[in-house]
Amino acid sequence: MSEHYLLRHRSVPHIDRLDVYRSQGGFEAFHKAVTSLKPGEVIEEIKKSGLRGRGGAGFPTGTKWGFLPNTLWPHYVVANADESEPGTFKDHEILESNPFQFLEGLMIAAYAVQAQRAYIYLRGEFWQLAQALDQRIAQLEADGLLGEDIFGTDYSLRLFTHLGAGAYICGEETALLESLEGKLGQPRLRPPFPATAGLYNSPTVINNVETLTNVPLIIGRGADWFRSFGTDKSPGLKIFSLSGCVNRPGNYELPLGCTFRELIYDHGGGIVQDHAIKAIMAAGASSVLIAATPEALETPMDYETTLEKFGAPLGSASIIVLDETVNMAWLAFKTIGFFKHESCGKCTPCREGTFWMNQIATRIMRGKATRADIHLLENVAQQIQGKCLCALGEFSIMAVLSSLKLFAKDFEQLIKVEHDG
Amino acid sequence: MTDKLVHLTIDNIPVSVPPDTLVVDAAKQAGINIPVFCYHPKLHPVGMCRMCLVEIGRPLLDRASGEFVRDADGAPKLQFSPKLETACTTPVTEGMVVITNSQKVADARREVLEFILTSHPLDCPICDKGGECPLQNLTMEHGPGQSRFLFDEKMHLDKHVPLGELIYLDRERCIQCGRCVRFQNEVADDPVIAFSQRGRALEIITQSTPGFDSIFSGNTTDICPVGALTTADFRFAARPWELKAAASICQHCAVGCNIVFNVRREALQGGRMVIKRVMPRQNEQVNEIWICDKGRFAYHYVESPQRLTQPMIRKDGALIEAEWDEALDLVAKKLTAYGASLVTLAGGRLSNEDLFNLYSLTHTQGGQAVLYSYMAGGDLTAQVGIPPQTDLGKLGAGCVILVIACDLHEEAPLWWLRIKAAAQRGASLIVLNPRTTRLDRYARHVIRYEYGAELAALSAFQPQSRGDLPEPVRSAVKTFQEAENVIILYGSEGLGLQESKALAHACAGLLIKTYHIGRSNNGLVAAWHNANLQGAWDMGFSPINNLAETLSKAGVTYVVATDPAGDDPQLAEALQHSGFLVVQDILMTETVKMADVFLPAQAYMERGGSYTSGERRLQRFYPAVPPPGNTLPDFAITARISQRLGRTAEEQSPARILLQIAATNPAYAEMDYQLLAQVHEQQPLMGRHDLYYGGTTYENRQGLGAHLSTAASRVEPLNIPDAPPPPVFPVQEGLLTVVPTTRLYDRGSLLIHSNLLHQRLAHPTLTMHPKTAEAYQLSRGQTAVMLLEKTPYRVEIDLDEDLPHGIALLPRSVGIPLNAPQAVKLRPES
Amino acid sequence: MKKLAELYEDEIQVILAKYPDEQKRSAVMPLLYLAQRASGRISQEAMQEIAEILDIAITDVASIVGFYSLFHEEPGGRYRIQVCTDLPCALRGADAFLRQLCDLLGVEVGETTADGLFTIEEVKCLAACHRAPVFQVQNGDGLEYHENQTIDTARLVIDELRLRAQKPPGGAA
Ligand SMILES: Cc1cc2nc3c(=O)[nH]c(=O)nc-3n(C[C@H](O)[C@H](O)[C@H](O)COP(=O)(O)O)c2cc1C
Ligand code: SF4
Ligand code: FES
Repeated sequence: MSEHYLLRHRSVPHIDRLDVYRSQGGFEAFHKAVTSLKPGEVIEEIKKSGLRGRGGAGFPTGTKWGFLPNTLWPHYVVANADESEPGTFKDHEILESNPFQFLEGLMIAAYAVQAQRAYIYLRGEFWQLAQALDQRIAQLEADGLLGEDIFGTDYSLRLFTHLGAGAYICGEETALLESLEGKLGQPRLRPPFPATAGLYNSPTVINNVETLTNVPLIIGRGADWFRSFGTDKSPGLKIFSLSGCVNRPGNYELPLGCTFRELIYDHGGGIVQDHAIKAIMAAGASSVLIAATPEALETPMDYETTLEKFGAPLGSASIIVLDETVNMAWLAFKTIGFFKHESCGKCTPCREGTFWMNQIATRIMRGKATRADIHLLENVAQQIQGKCLCALGEFSIMAVLSSLKLFAKDFEQLIKVEHDG
Repeated sequence: MTDKLVHLTIDNIPVSVPPDTLVVDAAKQAGINIPVFCYHPKLHPVGMCRMCLVEIGRPLLDRASGEFVRDADGAPKLQFSPKLETACTTPVTEGMVVITNSQKVADARREVLEFILTSHPLDCPICDKGGECPLQNLTMEHGPGQSRFLFDEKMHLDKHVPLGELIYLDRERCIQCGRCVRFQNEVADDPVIAFSQRGRALEIITQSTPGFDSIFSGNTTDICPVGALTTADFRFAARPWELKAAASICQHCAVGCNIVFNVRREALQGGRMVIKRVMPRQNEQVNEIWICDKGRFAYHYVESPQRLTQPMIRKDGALIEAEWDEALDLVAKKLTAYGASLVTLAGGRLSNEDLFNLYSLTHTQGGQAVLYSYMAGGDLTAQVGIPPQTDLGKLGAGCVILVIACDLHEEAPLWWLRIKAAAQRGASLIVLNPRTTRLDRYARHVIRYEYGAELAALSAFQPQSRGDLPEPVRSAVKTFQEAENVIILYGSEGLGLQESKALAHACAGLLIKTYHIGRSNNGLVAAWHNANLQGAWDMGFSPINNLAETLSKAGVTYVVATDPAGDDPQLAEALQHSGFLVVQDILMTETVKMADVFLPAQAYMERGGSYTSGERRLQRFYPAVPPPGNTLPDFAITARISQRLGRTAEEQSPARILLQIAATNPAYAEMDYQLLAQVHEQQPLMGRHDLYYGGTTYENRQGLGAHLSTAASRVEPLNIPDAPPPPVFPVQEGLLTVVPTTRLYDRGSLLIHSNLLHQRLAHPTLTMHPKTAEAYQLSRGQTAVMLLEKTPYRVEIDLDEDLPHGIALLPRSVGIPLNAPQAVKLRPES
Repeated sequence: MKKLAELYEDEIQVILAKYPDEQKRSAVMPLLYLAQRASGRISQEAMQEIAEILDIAITDVASIVGFYSLFHEEPGGRYRIQVCTDLPCALRGADAFLRQLCDLLGVEVGETTADGLFTIEEVKCLAACHRAPVFQVQNGDGLEYHENQTIDTARLVIDELRLRAQKPPGGAA
C-alpha cells in the first residue's frame, strides 16, 4: 500500500510536527465537528462507518459512544495507550510518529460525548512518549485547539496524560480505570459498565489509540470513504503488527480482510532463512494457535473469519509467526510465563491456575515431566476456562490448549524417559 | 422499600425475594447454601474467588411485546449463559432459574477448591481455625479427593506475621478473598490493611503505626474464611470444638453489644473453666455481627491475681479475712446504728438486679443512693429517649441524627459504625463538637463551638430562634427543621456533671418543643461511659455534685463496684472522714484498702443479670465461668444485708428481682427473663453450618432483649425538672483551662488488666494548639506539671492545630482526676 | 532526606491539577515517580509524605508500590537495564542477547554491578517486538528504549551511561 492513513508519517514526513500536521488538513475534522456538527451527528457518522475497536474486542465504536447517558455528568474519555500485549506495537508507532492524528481523534471523541476532560493512559514504559505528548498538548492549548471555548463555541476540553507503571492488566479497561483512580490495577466487576459508571463513577468512553486515530479520517472524509476499505462487517484499514520468524517484521497498514499470506509473504518478506512456516498467532500472546496450512494462509484477517474458522479472534491483529524450528511446548511455556507474571491476583482461577501451569510447564521444559504432567497441564488449563473475572485469565490458556491440540508431539519430545515399573 | 417481590426458582424450589437480592442470598433464604469465600453479606460483592459459580437461566424476552417467549406448554423459554455465573454478584430477576446441584456446578466447585488448595498449607491440625474453618468444611463437602499439585512446589510464605500486636497473619493460609481489606475499607473506614504485589504473590500488608491501627481489627478474624488472621489472644490457645459458648453482653460501654464468652476447662488452672476468647453474637438491632477490640480483648481482669475472694474485716488497722456471717453481721450492726446517714455509691457496671436491691436497701434505710458518674440525664432519657421500634441500623433519608459533645468513635464504637452507615444510607447527620472527630467525615453539617458553649450552639435549633444565623449553622438548622424524625445523641466531650446535666436538659427540651418524642426513631440518647448507667438511673440512682462533701459526712458508706479513692485523692480524703466504710468489689483497689469491711463480689460473667443499654434496650447476660472462692453476686450480698435488717430481699434469683423491678417501674412493666431470651430469625443468617457465609460470629440463640418504653411513648405526663442553672466555664487569668475527653482505651479499672491492650492505652497527655503551648513555653513531647486541687500531676504535651486556642484536652481515667473543665496552673517540669 | 514537597514543589502542583479536586488519589502514581526520581527507589518516608499530600492511608500507597513492576522499594543499580525476553523477542534471539549482556557486565539477572551502576532485569513485552533485541534503561529520571540491539551497540550504550553517571545524580532536577 503506497498511501498511509493511520501510519501517515510514512507518507508525509514530519507529520509529528503541529505545523506540518495542520498544513496537511490536520484538525479540520475537529473544527468541523465542533463548529458544524451536533455531538449526536458525530456519533451517527462513526456508527455509519462501522468502525470497530482496535484494542482487541472489536466492539462498534459509535455504539459505545452512544451508550453514555445524558442524565449523568460529567462524562470522560480515556485513551487506552497501555499497549502491552506481546506482539503488539502499533500504538507505539502512532504515538511516536503520528501523534496529532491520534490526539485529534481523542478530541473529536470527547466532543461527541461532551466530555471536558480526557485522559491518555500510557504504559509506564512509554515515558518518553508521554513527555512528548505533554509538549504537544501544550502546543494545542497555545493554539487554542484545547482549553476554554474552542473555536469560539462554548465547548471546552483539556487533555491529560497518565503513566502506568508496568502492569499488562491495566490495559483491561476497568483495571485501567482503577489504576487511573490511584488504586490497584485490578479489574472491576461488570456491570456496571464504564459507559454508565466509569472513571470516578461517571459515564466514560474508553478507546484504543488506533481506534481514535481512525476518527479524524471518518469525520473528515466521511463514513463511505472509510467503508471503501475492508469488508462489510469489518470495514476500514487496520495496522497489523507482524513479528516473530519473518524477514521484515513491523507494522503494516492494510485493509481488514487481507490474508495472512499477503501480510507474511508479500509485505513481511516471508520466513527467515526460508524455513517452513508452522503456526500463526493472530492476537499476540493471547492467541489461539493457527496451524499454518496453505489453506489457513489464504484466510482473510477480519473480526469474523479467523474466529469462525479457527476459533481464533483477531484481537489487536498482532501476528506472531512461528516457523518449523519453534517447539510449541516452549511457546506455551513462554506465554504461560507471561500470564503468570501479569495475573493481577484478584480471582482464584487465574491467580492459582497460571501459577500452577507455570510449575508444570517449567517441569516440561526441564525434561522432568511425565506424560501425566502433560495431561495435568491440559486439565488445569480447562479448569481455568470460563471461570475468570476478566479476560486475562481466559487468554492465558489459549496458546496452551491449542498447542496441546495441534502440536502434541512437541510436548512428547520433551518428556523424560519413563522407566518401567 | 417496595413490597413487590421477584419470583424465581432455585433447584426447582420457588423463591420470592425483594428486588436487588443477590442469588446467593435468595438461595440462603430457600435453605440452599451456595459456597462462598469472598462474598460476605455485610460487604459489597466483588465476585473474585469464583467459588459461588452456578448455572443461571433467564426467560427469553420478546423484544417487540416485552413479554416472555413461551414454548408449546406455555412455559417461558429459558436462555442459559454458556458460562457459569457468580451467584454472589448476580441480582435476581423475574422468572430466573438457578441450578446449584448439577454436575457442572459440582465440577466447578471442586475445581475452584482445588485451585485454592494448591497454595494452601495442610496444617489444619495445628491451625486455630481448625474445626470452624469454612475452607476445611467446603473441602470435605465439595473438594477434590486428592491434591494433584506437587507438594514440593508449594509456595512457602511467612506464617507468623504480626500485623500489629493484636492480629497475626499467616501468609500461607491467606486465600486472597479480600474480606478483611473490604471490611476495613467499607465498614470500619480504616484502610490500614491492603493487598500488595500481584498474581500468586498477592499479600496483605499494613503500614500503619501501630500496625493494623483500627479499633475494629478483631472482626477481620471472624470473617476471614481460613486461619490466616488470628488474634494474639486466641492463637494456639484452644481448638474451637473444645469450647463452650456462654451468651453475654459487653460491659465496656453503653452500646450493649451481644457477645459470647468461649470457655474451656483448663488443666493448668486446676480443671477450672476459663475464658478463652470473646466473640460477637448477632443482634442486628444492636451490634449486628461486630464488636470493637475493647470488647474483645478487655476481659482479662476476671483472671487477675488481684481478684479478692474472701470477706475481710479491719482488725487492729489491718484487713483480715473473715467469714461471710461475721462480715455481714458487722455491716448490719453499723447500719442499724447509723441508719439514715447511709450513702451508697454504686458503679455503672452493676446489673439492674444488683442496683435494685442496693437501692431498696438504701431507700428503706433513708439513705442516699448515689451514682458514680460524670454524666447526667438518665431521668430524661427514660422519659423522652428513643422508644421501641427504633433501629439505628435502619435509619435513612428523612431522619436527622444530631450528635453533640461526643467523640462517638471513642465513646461508643458500634454506634459510630451504625450512625456512619445511617448517614451513608441518607440520614442527615449533624455533628456539633468543639474539635474534629471521626464522625465529621460523614456529617451533612459540622458545627464547631467553643468548649463551654454547647448550650449556645444547641439553642440555634430552637424553633423560635430565627434571626441571622451564620453558615453552616443556618443550613443545619434548616435540615433539622425539615426532618421527619430526630434523634439527639450526647456524650461527655469537655463536660463535667453540671454541664452534662444542663446539656441533657437542653437536648430534651428541644426534642419536646419540636415534637420529636414518643415516636419511634425520635428521642434522646446518652453515650454513657459504662454499660449500665441507664439502668442505674432507672433503678433510682443519680450522681451528685458535691460527692466529696457527702461522703465525708456519711455515717456508713457503702461503695459498690467502683474505686473513688483510686480515681481521686479528694475522694480518698473524703472517705477518710466518712464513718464506717463498706466496700464491695471484685479486685483489690485503693478504696478496698481503706475499707472497714470488704465484701467479695462476683464478676458479671460469673453470674446472671440484665443491663439496660444507652438505647434503653434491656438485655440478659448469663453465667460463663464459675465464681471463684467465697464470692457472691452483688444482689445476693445486698439481699443478705437487708435480711439482717429484717426485710425481705431476693438473694437467689435475678429473674425474680426483675419481676419486682417490673412491678415498680412502668418502663419495665412487661419485662421478664423469658421475654429477654426470645429470638427471631435475623438477616443475614449467621452461625449455621455454613460458616463461610457470615463468619464465626455466633448466632443469637439466647435472646435479643427488649426495648423499653419511655414515658412519652406511654403517653404519660412528662416530669421534666426545671433547667439547672447554666454552668460557668472556668477561665482564669494566668491559668489554663483543661477539659476532659473520653478515650476508648483509657486506664479504667477493668481495662488496665488486659496485657493485650497495654500498648494502645491512653497516656496522661495534655493536647493543645501550638500557640497555646507557646504561651506556656511548652513544646511537643515535653513533660509539664499540672496543679489540680493542689496536687501536682505530670503530663506529656502534645500539639494539635485543629484545637481551639487557650484550652487543653486531657483524657479521663488516665490517673488524673479531671472530670470537668477546670482552670489549672501549668508549668514545664524543671 | 529532603521532602518531596521541597524538592518538587512545582511539579506536585502540576500533577495535582491534572485531576478533579476531590479525586486527588489519582495522583499517587505520578507522585511515586517523583519520589523515585531522586534516589531510584521509593522510601518509607516518601510513601508517608505522599499519603499525607493525598490524604490517603500509607498502607494504600505501599499497596500501589508493590503492585506495579516499575516501582522499586528495594535499592538497585543507578540504571536498571531491562531486557525483554518475551515470546516475540525470544524468537529473535533475546535470550542469547541477555546472556551476552550478563557476561559483559559480569552479573546475573537481578544482580547489580559492584560499582552500583547497573542492575540487569528481565522484563515482559515492551511493545517493540519488531526491533528485537530490545531493552530499556530505567533510572530515577525516566526511561529510554534501545532497540535493534547487538552486544556491540549495547556496549556503547553502557559506556555512555557510565559517562553520564559521573555527572551529579538527579539529572536536571
Ligand atoms: C487483559 C487485557 C489487556 C488489554 N490490553 C489492552 C491494551 O493494551 N490496549 C487496548 O487498547 N486495549 C486493551 N484491552 C482491551 C480493553 O479492555 C478495551 O476493550 C479497549 O481499550 C476498548 O477500546 P476499543 O473499543 O477502541 O478497542 C485489553 C483487554 C484485556 C482483557
Ligand atoms: S487474610 Fe483472610 S480475609 Fe484477608 S484476604 Fe486473606 S483469606 Fe481473605
Ligand atoms: S465470587 Fe462469589 S463468593 Fe467469591
